[in-house]
Amino acid sequence: MAAYLMRRALMLAVTLLVSSFVVFAGLSLAPGNPLATLSGGRSLPPESVAVLVQRYHLNEPFLVRYVTWLGNAVRGDLGVSIILRQDVSDLISARSGTTIALILYAALIVLVGGVALGLLAALRPGVVDAIVVMSTALVVAVPPFVAAIVLIGVFAVRLRWLPALGNGAGLWEQIRHLTLPALALAAAATAAVARVTRTTVREELGREHVQTAISRGLPYAAVVRRHALRNAAVPISTLAGMTVASMIALAAVVERAFSLNGLGAYLVSAALSKDFAVVQGISLVLVTAFVLVNTLVDVGAALLDPRIKLGGRA
Amino acid sequence: MTALALLGRGRRGGLGALGTTAAVVIVAAVVLAVLGPALTSADPDASDFANAYAPPGPGHRLGFDGQGRDLLARLLTGARTSLLGPLWVVALSMTAGTLIAIAAAWFGGWLDSVVSAALDVMFAFPGVLLAMLVAAVFGPGLSAAVLALSVAYLPYIARLLRGAALAERRKPYVQALEVQGAGSVAICLRHLVPNLMPLIAAQATLFFGYAMVDLAIVSYFGLGVRPPTADWGVMVAGGQPGVLQGYLAESLLAGGCIVVLVVAFNVLGERLSDDCGQGGTFGPSRWWRPGRGGTA
Repeated sequence: MAAYLMRRALMLAVTLLVSSFVVFAGLSLAPGNPLATLSGGRSLPPESVAVLVQRYHLNEPFLVRYVTWLGNAVRGDLGVSIILRQDVSDLISARSGTTIALILYAALIVLVGGVALGLLAALRPGVVDAIVVMSTALVVAVPPFVAAIVLIGVFAVRLRWLPALGNGAGLWEQIRHLTLPALALAAAATAAVARVTRTTVREELGREHVQTAISRGLPYAAVVRRHALRNAAVPISTLAGMTVASMIALAAVVERAFSLNGLGAYLVSAALSKDFAVVQGISLVLVTAFVLVNTLVDVGAALLDPRIKLGGRA
Repeated sequence: MTALALLGRGRRGGLGALGTTAAVVIVAAVVLAVLGPALTSADPDASDFANAYAPPGPGHRLGFDGQGRDLLARLLTGARTSLLGPLWVVALSMTAGTLIAIAAAWFGGWLDSVVSAALDVMFAFPGVLLAMLVAAVFGPGLSAAVLALSVAYLPYIARLLRGAALAERRKPYVQALEVQGAGSVAICLRHLVPNLMPLIAAQATLFFGYAMVDLAIVSYFGLGVRPPTADWGVMVAGGQPGVLQGYLAESLLAGGCIVVLVVAFNVLGERLSDDCGQGGTFGPSRWWRPGRGGTA
């Protein structure tokens, strides 16, 4: 186990290093003069050019610039936004709260809603099961921006239950403003988790040890909880972890659809306005989060289920 | 074209009712996209603000969008970009993935190690994020997004095919060919690739669906296909101001087209991968592929 964890940690470090290089090299790959890219194509007075050359070490070799940038990034200095003239780290930390809250809210919906629906379908064969299977089959293919449109159209515009746009002020208002976005982000993943829960719990219920437990007269609820659900926990939690990881990139879609002031929406507008330091900074943060969550999912699955071959996935 | 080839393939294996329906939906979409402009007299780009959000009427069976453009004409024209983009992604990533996978499996040794390590690192970039990075560097555009997604899908495809190619390489017929003195390239092209073809076709079908959603997301951001060009992703974004005023038609119709086609590609892709005995297909860790996605 220790060797496995060591290898995963080493892989994590290498992956992060290489992806930081890719993110940084993007800037140097940009066609044309790096100065023009940094200034977003605007012409600058000579003193600003001198400042930029000095700040981005443009007269130094590429690798030196990369090492300097990475060193600063590790210490929390991600440079300055060309458009807003503020520290990228400050801009990012001001917006990350929304994104984190959105993803956590959505993950909660996925876990609670998905497992509950899946259990319901697994334990109530017949009409209930059929309804869950049919509806999840449809919802599982709905991408978040379509879910967002439907939710806005129905709950915000027609029924006026929840606000459609913006962040809101105060805890209660913020939760209200995040509810539709979180639902849009969670919809397809909830359906996926429900389907996996249904299949695995059904499978476990048919197993010999569960049948034995039932025939020995143990209470059905306890059998479901202790024998079926516990064994189903590994695939369910792996899938849930993977969907949370995919939400890191997909949160941008929902933030944009609901005009939320989050990291993803900011990344899109920075990419549109060619604000390079911001694009680099947010990409670095998102890729790091994505890789970390994925590693945690893998390690978590190995910890939960000793049968998973530790050498299996390189 | 792809869809027709797949249909022909499926007839031999038997697609089942669901798979056949999916194939019919895909073929119908391709036919509609090809015939597009012939089916409606309206100009997809002609805007008349007097008709903004006008309901369906004679000659305009789906009504108008917020800029007074005919929705049916825009949906039909948009079908072309929305289908051609994923086709490019699939063609590029499948070709490169197959080449890399077979080279790694065939030569093994350090090449295999380097390729496997590189693929592991590439898993770190979600496709949509990579597309945003590329769009920031090279400016918004469909070709940049297509390239970025092709690169992002490469590790999933290459890893799966590498495993399959390794299994194939160990089979006696390959060794027999080697003993007979056949060249590596000849064996790979004439025997290995044709034998991997069912798996490649199944993967291509699945990834067509992923690419369609991801390209639509990038275009929705304004980083892919540029308005006013008709494209389903662009239309979902373009219809959003209307949604807030209660006009759901444009966004919902374009989004509906995407969902229907993605479901069709998923169903058909799953049928095809079941056919080639591929129980667990790799895919980008996705919400619509429960339990089967590779741990990205």
